Amino acid sequence: MRLRSAPAFAALAATALMATACGGGGEDAQEGTDTTLVIWSDPERAAAIEAAAQSFADTNGIKVDVQQLAFGDIQGDLLNAHQAGNAPDIFIGAHDWTGNLVRNGAVQPVELPEHRAETLDETSVQALTYDGQLFGVPYSQENIFLMRNTALAPDAPETFEELVEVGTSLKESGETSEVLSMAVGQEGDPYRMNALFTSAGGYLFGQDDEGNWDPTDLGLNSDESIAAMEKIAEYGEAGQGVLRRSIDTQNDAALFFDGEAPFFIAGPWNIGDADAADLEYAISPIPGFEGEGPARPYIGYQAFFVTEGSANSALAQEFLANHVTDPAFILSLYESDPRTPVQLEALEEVSADDANIAAIAEAGAEGMPMPSIPEMGETWEPLGKAEAAIIGGADVRETMESTHETIAEKIGG
Amino acid sequence: MSSRSSAGAPAPGAPARTSLPGGAFAGSGSLWGQVVKIALLGLFTALGVWAALPLYVGGNWAGIAVVAAVLVLVYWVYLSKRTVPLKYLLPGVLLLITFQILPVLYTMSTSVTNFSDGHRGDKEQAIAAIEAYSVTRAEQGREFGLTVATTGDPESGELVFLLTDPEGAAYAGDIEGLRPLDEATVDPASGRVTEAFGYTVLSPAQVNARSQELEEFAVPVGDGAGIRASGLSTAYEGRATRVYDAGCDCITDASTGVVYTADDERGAFYSEDGERLAQGWRVNVGFDNFARFLFNPTFASSFFSILVWNIGFAVAVTGLVFVVGLAVALTLHVPKLRGKQAYRILVVLPYAMSSLAMYLLWRDMFNTDFGLFNQLLGTNVDWLGDAWTARFAVILANVWLGYPYMFLVATGALQAIPRELTQAARIDGAGAWQAFRHVTLPMLMVAMTPILIATFAFNFNNFNAVWLITKGGPFPPDDPSAGATDLLITYTYRMAFSQATAEYGYAAALSVMIFVIVSVMSVISLSRSKALQEVDR
Repeated sequence: MRLRSAPAFAALAATALMATACGGGGEDAQEGTDTTLVIWSDPERAAAIEAAAQSFADTNGIKVDVQQLAFGDIQGDLLNAHQAGNAPDIFIGAHDWTGNLVRNGAVQPVELPEHRAETLDETSVQALTYDGQLFGVPYSQENIFLMRNTALAPDAPETFEELVEVGTSLKESGETSEVLSMAVGQEGDPYRMNALFTSAGGYLFGQDDEGNWDPTDLGLNSDESIAAMEKIAEYGEAGQGVLRRSIDTQNDAALFFDGEAPFFIAGPWNIGDADAADLEYAISPIPGFEGEGPARPYIGYQAFFVTEGSANSALAQEFLANHVTDPAFILSLYESDPRTPVQLEALEEVSADDANIAAIAEAGAEGMPMPSIPEMGETWEPLGKAEAAIIGGADVRETMESTHETIAEKIGG
Repeated sequence: MSSRSSAGAPAPGAPARTSLPGGAFAGSGSLWGQVVKIALLGLFTALGVWAALPLYVGGNWAGIAVVAAVLVLVYWVYLSKRTVPLKYLLPGVLLLITFQILPVLYTMSTSVTNFSDGHRGDKEQAIAAIEAYSVTRAEQGREFGLTVATTGDPESGELVFLLTDPEGAAYAGDIEGLRPLDEATVDPASGRVTEAFGYTVLSPAQVNARSQELEEFAVPVGDGAGIRASGLSTAYEGRATRVYDAGCDCITDASTGVVYTADDERGAFYSEDGERLAQGWRVNVGFDNFARFLFNPTFASSFFSILVWNIGFAVAVTGLVFVVGLAVALTLHVPKLRGKQAYRILVVLPYAMSSLAMYLLWRDMFNTDFGLFNQLLGTNVDWLGDAWTARFAVILANVWLGYPYMFLVATGALQAIPRELTQAARIDGAGAWQAFRHVTLPMLMVAMTPILIATFAFNFNNFNAVWLITKGGPFPPDDPSAGATDLLITYTYRMAFSQATAEYGYAAALSVMIFVIVSVMSVISLSRSKALQEVDR
């Protein structure tokens, strides 16, 4: 068979084929008018969020689709997706992202009814507040703490000096090879170091009367901060060798679990492995320096945010304002991902059953929320590198002053 | 030369078209050919529609025009009988444009903007965000139970808020204002209105469908305040303190009285004191990004020191893998060697491993206290904490990972060189070194030079090698942005993705610079290797 006007026929047929394909899609689209609320979550919590959001979906006659991303990727992907116009309606994130999310106009403010706000830990709500406006609803918190091997160190140390004394005698008797396992690494770790830094009197950003962080009050070159780093340097490689760059987040847990270190500056993410490891452990607050202030670990809050430009913002707002603060919802999240809840009722219930949660909450009692201003992001790298250099033996005053200048230049511009 | 260039052309008078491959399929061919063609064209059309729909929603007419033009081009090429060569070229050309040329052009266009955190969207988005973020609960602001209703049709009727205050009084509010609502049924459990005469209560899905409208809707209650929805079931009394005025292109903050004027050069609103509102927009900054790392003393010094190390790193790694790979290949090229295959497999092993895992392993081996090197050597060297030992470590790990490849290539090339040539040279009185230097090596280089250039270009941008071992460190205390082992690509990555403020514009400018540097180097070395081949002949 030889087709005469073959090209014209082919074009017609191709278009017809396309049209039928579209027709199929059209029917799907008809069924798909049902509203779907898209939520981004990390894989650990996705199942719990899906289940917990189901009752909300049923009440409102909608569907919920929980999409999984690695927690660390959510902020960057969200900003890019928002820019491209295909962001989810709701996402979970950390409170210290707030400043950057606001700067990029990627989130919506949330108005939490008072009777809902009252049921949450006050500091957590304050942490999600930026420029007088609440941008997310917090549901859990995390902070670092001291984990100790109770076979080696039966008592929780009251001061950092006591910790070093106990650890050193264990090391000298050959029972352990380390005094303390605290991740420093070649890049430094300001997140962990903040506990000791604040105890020794150092400060990064000042705060105004209302608790707002003041980026113009950068305190790294202050005498207090330099004195604090000098105190920390005494325990560095050139001093007692308690804090060392060779211990990083890759090997810190292994040192403790292998019994090589009696003390470990750990986080909630280490609990699972600690339970699986063959040792007895206990959790207590990170001790401060003798005669100085308490150690103040950073507290990070996890929160739900509504994306700006969400097509389902009414439902998303409703979910945040009235559902995320529900104790039943928080408890179901806790079941799949045991973190300290900030919903007071849920916290009480969870603490009664889980001694670790109670101990972690106690260890975080003196903690401070990580500043959520965008300027904070500019401090991590320079400050970490400065701390690593100081622990390695660099001159404290010189390093802190040049780091101060570097950061001031960045956030000023 | 001129006779050569016309060698492929058909002789005058010859039937040119039928000699082209696939000529039989052009135009009307077999039935199967037609069916496949129709299916593929249908698929392509569907692809075009799929691509055009979001562009239509976004109102991007230029984008739709491009999609339509490509579709028309494809139809013309595959339905016409006169475009046979194009039928073969078109898919490749389209893919080349999509995946090679467009990204380069996009990077170039980004490199002249201030695209970064705080400057992502356009001016309208920035203004909308600034206004929306300034709505705060009014002092002594009231809270209400909310039911969203309309007058008339749920989809298009005018929005009405049916409100209940804590005392139990009910109100109706629309854009006119608030008034008491008498005939309303209030659910005692939730305290919200469930029914009111004259109003259609909306279901959650119906309210949600009007989200966009709801975001801007406020019931005015005087003095600039309004009652706004927070979700579906609660409302609050709030007030926007920052308002944009198109007349002066400025934003006035009602609570402080400060006026922020738009600065279209910098893409943000600035007050007279130079204080800036956080939400900015993307503007063209010309060649500022390039100027910054060429002329700003701090950036220029880190840029040029990184560039020098970057070239040194690529040259050192390429040279060393070549020397080591070739030496091992020559050693195993001895004809009577026993167990040659076993040795070869052993040598190639590092090449078969995942380089990502190997880099992490090497990093751990260089750990001062727990690393293999210090434990074996009994030393206490701070390998990754000192600039030169860190550089040595990065090069060593890369040579270990890279030489097996060079060994494979050299072995192949060596086997292609007839042994008789070397033997003849030896008979003529040349020593082993002389024979290698003057007979084997030149012939080897013909095959190896392009591979060496590719290896150089690869190592010039060998991100993993540095990022996984040192992350660019160690860093001098006074400049934490440029480390001793940083390559331009790791430096760029840190700018664009791993710092608090993602600086896409600046990173794109750096990428363009890297692109130019690698291109120039490759072109020069390729043309020089051509010269080398000419000499050989």
